[in-house]
Amino acid sequence: MTADGIGVAVRRKEDRRFLTGAGRYTDDIDRYGQVYACFVRSPYAHATVDSINKESALGMPGVLAVFTGADVAADGLGLLPAGWMIHNKDGSPMKTPGHPLLVADRARYVGEAVAVVIAETYAQARDAADALEVDYTPLPATIATGTASKPGQPQVHDDVPNNTAFDWCIGDKAATEAAFANAAHITKLDIVNNRLIPNAMEPRAAVGEYDPGTEITTLYTTSQNPHVARLVLSAFVQLAPEHKLRIVAPDVGGGFGSKIYVYAEETVCAWAARKVKRPVRWTAERSESFVTDAHGRDHVTHAELAMDANGKFLGLRVKTFANLGAFASLFGTATPTYLYMTLLSGQYKIPAIYGEVDAVYTNTTPVDAYRGAGRPEATFVVERIVETAARELGLDPADLRRRNFIQPDEFPYQTPVLLQYDTGDYDKHLTKALDLGDYANFTIRKADSAARGKLRGVGFACYIEACGIAPSAAVGALGGGVGLWESGTIRFNPTGNVTVHTGSHSHGQGHETAFAQLIATHLGVPVDQVEVVHGDTMQTPFGMGTYGSRSLAVGGSALVKAADKIVAKGKKIAAHLLEASEADIEFTDGKFTVAGTDKAKSIQEVAFAAYVPHNYPAGVEPGLEESAFYDPLNFTFPAGTQICEVEVDPDTGEVEIVQFVAVDDFGKIINPMIVEGQVHGGIAQGVGQALMEHAVYDQDTGQLLSGSYMDYCMPRADDFPTLKVGLTETPCTHNPLGVKGCGEAGAIAAPAAVMNAVTNAVGTMVQMPATPLRVWEALQSAAPAAAAE
Amino acid sequence: MYAVNYAKPASVADAVAALSAAEDGKFLAGGMTLIPTLKQRLAAPSDLVDLGAIGELQGIGTDGDALVIGAMTTHADVARSPLVASAIPALVTVAGGIGDPQVRNVGTLGGSIANNDPAADYPGALLGLGAEVRTNSRTIAADDFFLGMFETALEDGELIVSVRFPKPLAAAYAKFANPASRYSMAGVFVARTASGVRVAVTGAAAGGAHRMETMEKALQADFSPAALDPITVNPNGLNSDLHGSAAYRANLVKVMAKRAVAACG
Repeated sequence: MTADGIGVAVRRKEDRRFLTGAGRYTDDIDRYGQVYACFVRSPYAHATVDSINKESALGMPGVLAVFTGADVAADGLGLLPAGWMIHNKDGSPMKTPGHPLLVADRARYVGEAVAVVIAETYAQARDAADALEVDYTPLPATIATGTASKPGQPQVHDDVPNNTAFDWCIGDKAATEAAFANAAHITKLDIVNNRLIPNAMEPRAAVGEYDPGTEITTLYTTSQNPHVARLVLSAFVQLAPEHKLRIVAPDVGGGFGSKIYVYAEETVCAWAARKVKRPVRWTAERSESFVTDAHGRDHVTHAELAMDANGKFLGLRVKTFANLGAFASLFGTATPTYLYMTLLSGQYKIPAIYGEVDAVYTNTTPVDAYRGAGRPEATFVVERIVETAARELGLDPADLRRRNFIQPDEFPYQTPVLLQYDTGDYDKHLTKALDLGDYANFTIRKADSAARGKLRGVGFACYIEACGIAPSAAVGALGGGVGLWESGTIRFNPTGNVTVHTGSHSHGQGHETAFAQLIATHLGVPVDQVEVVHGDTMQTPFGMGTYGSRSLAVGGSALVKAADKIVAKGKKIAAHLLEASEADIEFTDGKFTVAGTDKAKSIQEVAFAAYVPHNYPAGVEPGLEESAFYDPLNFTFPAGTQICEVEVDPDTGEVEIVQFVAVDDFGKIINPMIVEGQVHGGIAQGVGQALMEHAVYDQDTGQLLSGSYMDYCMPRADDFPTLKVGLTETPCTHNPLGVKGCGEAGAIAAPAAVMNAVTNAVGTMVQMPATPLRVWEALQSAAPAAAAE
Repeated sequence: MYAVNYAKPASVADAVAALSAAEDGKFLAGGMTLIPTLKQRLAAPSDLVDLGAIGELQGIGTDGDALVIGAMTTHADVARSPLVASAIPALVTVAGGIGDPQVRNVGTLGGSIANNDPAADYPGALLGLGAEVRTNSRTIAADDFFLGMFETALEDGELIVSVRFPKPLAAAYAKFANPASRYSMAGVFVARTASGVRVAVTGAAAGGAHRMETMEKALQADFSPAALDPITVNPNGLNSDLHGSAAYRANLVKVMAKRAVAACG
């Protein structure tokens, strides 16, 4: 019965519709009488909006309405909030002005929505938007991360001095300083974690609709967390009471974190539908996506690592400037703090750690969680400085890591930066990766490359991440505005098949298959008899959504708890049907059996009896449907090793990835094919960050220079060799599935592995992205040293 | 995109007539530049005259020793043509390296050279091979055709019918592609012909494709990569953007030139 259950590489159920064009995305939803929104956007990074002449657009063909920030405010709608409170070093709260739905008086980044035009067709809305007269007075803009908090910079928000949202710290400063005082060797590193644009294949989209009969506002939208969106739009924006607001996130073509955030445009569509009494739709053009989808990363960091004479780590101190963009978005404040510096211990015993973050506002697009969210930044700091230390000390990078690994018998391990790791075996994946990559013969390959005029380098990344976010009490204690449990409902239908309702959301992860496999194993129902429903707040239990590699560890665990309830109830029914004692009923492979006999009832027969209870135990409710909420006991801690080998062409600076190894410990695996796909995709994004992707702003005007695919370079299939991937397994100790999550690991580790390899090949520091230009320039400045080697 | 009149004539004569009748018309070849420009509302022609149904603009043939390629022949058709591969294999390299498969399946030779994007590949090949552009009214030597960024010798309403490529003794194209767009950041086309060596560079300079006389002279004397070693490419006038400084592009021109010479065998 469990031929397609946990551990089997079942083909993804959802792929047939995706690959045949039968997926149903927000833009595919047509509503009777629908009209189109087109947003008028600020062409300036920073400017006052002095006047808007609505009449210039209102008379144009097809135009129903023009709305501005004043209209939104007049209806009492609020601002889009930051979701996570951070406190300054002195205990005072952060400063986070909310993001207006439409600019009230001052635009703070290029692309910020100033007004919206609603018209019968999109072309008419666009014509009128082009014609709308808006008077701006441009202001000087603050752009650069590293200098935004310096005195004298233009103020993004008048009430946020020095553009500093907060200055935050973690760890023990005195102990760390003492560790450095006793160090035999200190390695220092200045690194930039480049700003990225998420580039989900499906752009953001919305269809807002108001039913005057039920007074329910419905918003079809591209969201990773529809219930959270509903909560934010009800509680903070006052769009509609929660019970009168329905959010539907149907098939969603990729999120990578950028669809966590609740955005202005989608909210305006839902509100405007009530105003014009017609459904209002909008789909972002790609150019709009570039300037308005929440960006990722954007850190400038100085780090120092103290070691004793044997290369044992004594202390780590890190100072980061994190760019929030013009406003703090939902996870915008948590990402560069609790999701970042809590991972600074890496896989190592580091007795003392102290980290500081200054989060700054700039006249740029808001920054939010992006695949890995803080953990790639942490891995980049830790793994770049550890590798740099190894090279400085003349040690093999693998050897230095092994000297400092937390050992398998030292778990649970309390780090100096809040987290307690539950389990792991770091040497195991390092060793397996060394074998898979034939590291022993690297010098032979390097010589071969040199014979062909190429510089070969190798780089490691031994990453750890905190996933399965997160225990609600811990989230609350750290300033999170919500709990991060998850929910699930298992509904047996009378004919014996199953509908699963989950509070998490699938936007490429394959939940419809993985969750069905979980049901197959736990309830003995084949995968093709299980339908997974997600994304509609009216159809699914309240859930916190999908991000942070949490859906299986948290949402899957909720389903296991619900399955346990189904089995418990099923035993009562089966006992009655089989005329046996409930205590004697065993359940395996979809069958309730009287222990020691061949008397049995299938779970389908039990389900039928539950819905047609003609012969039924007294005191048992009819029906077979159970719900569960699961609040995790801890984060999960996926960890692994990536080893990247590159060849650099010294004539052009081109970097070619010639070998890439990834060995991951994700705990128990539900579907190895989906896991491998997630690892491949994550690595592609991580390599994209390391070598290609960069959101580049003009430092004076704040215009996005890499605002299209002509200049923003995405990784392509031919940029990669065949990836060598492997797994090790230490099951998570605190969730019923033993799973840890796999969605972000590739993107978390790859930038460090690639940049360590590039640095090794080039012989000098290159900042991300290591474009051919940058590598060539580094080689020009390092030419004498390279020649000496 | 603004509203636009659309016509799809079946002959060169009808196409030219349709354009001259239009208030502000544009020929539409593969549309790889024009369509995105229209979608972004950066251009607003009154009429589009689609050249896709005109049989006389299609196809690859010979004229003595030379290849004649119809203006509406796609990059993909050139890249997979056995005739091109045997006569001028360097053109297979050029056409097969433009953009990505989707672009190559739609983009055309005529569209590329009429647009004369300074980073397009074909203008370098035409200059390097000393090709001739045949229009509905005359023949224009490649040396006289490309006048600078997005500028050509074409008159209003003049339509490219085909390009005649003389067969060289040897030729090769080496391109360093922009990592994002895959346009040329420095593409160098080198040809040894009966009348001498020709070297053309595309992608590096703001003015677009141009000949490199210093390299031609050096190679005329000694056709080897080493012959280019003493030459310093002047970065003045070369493009500088987030993908490459002028100095970097100057380096790329030399590196690509040496690779093209080496590939000539």
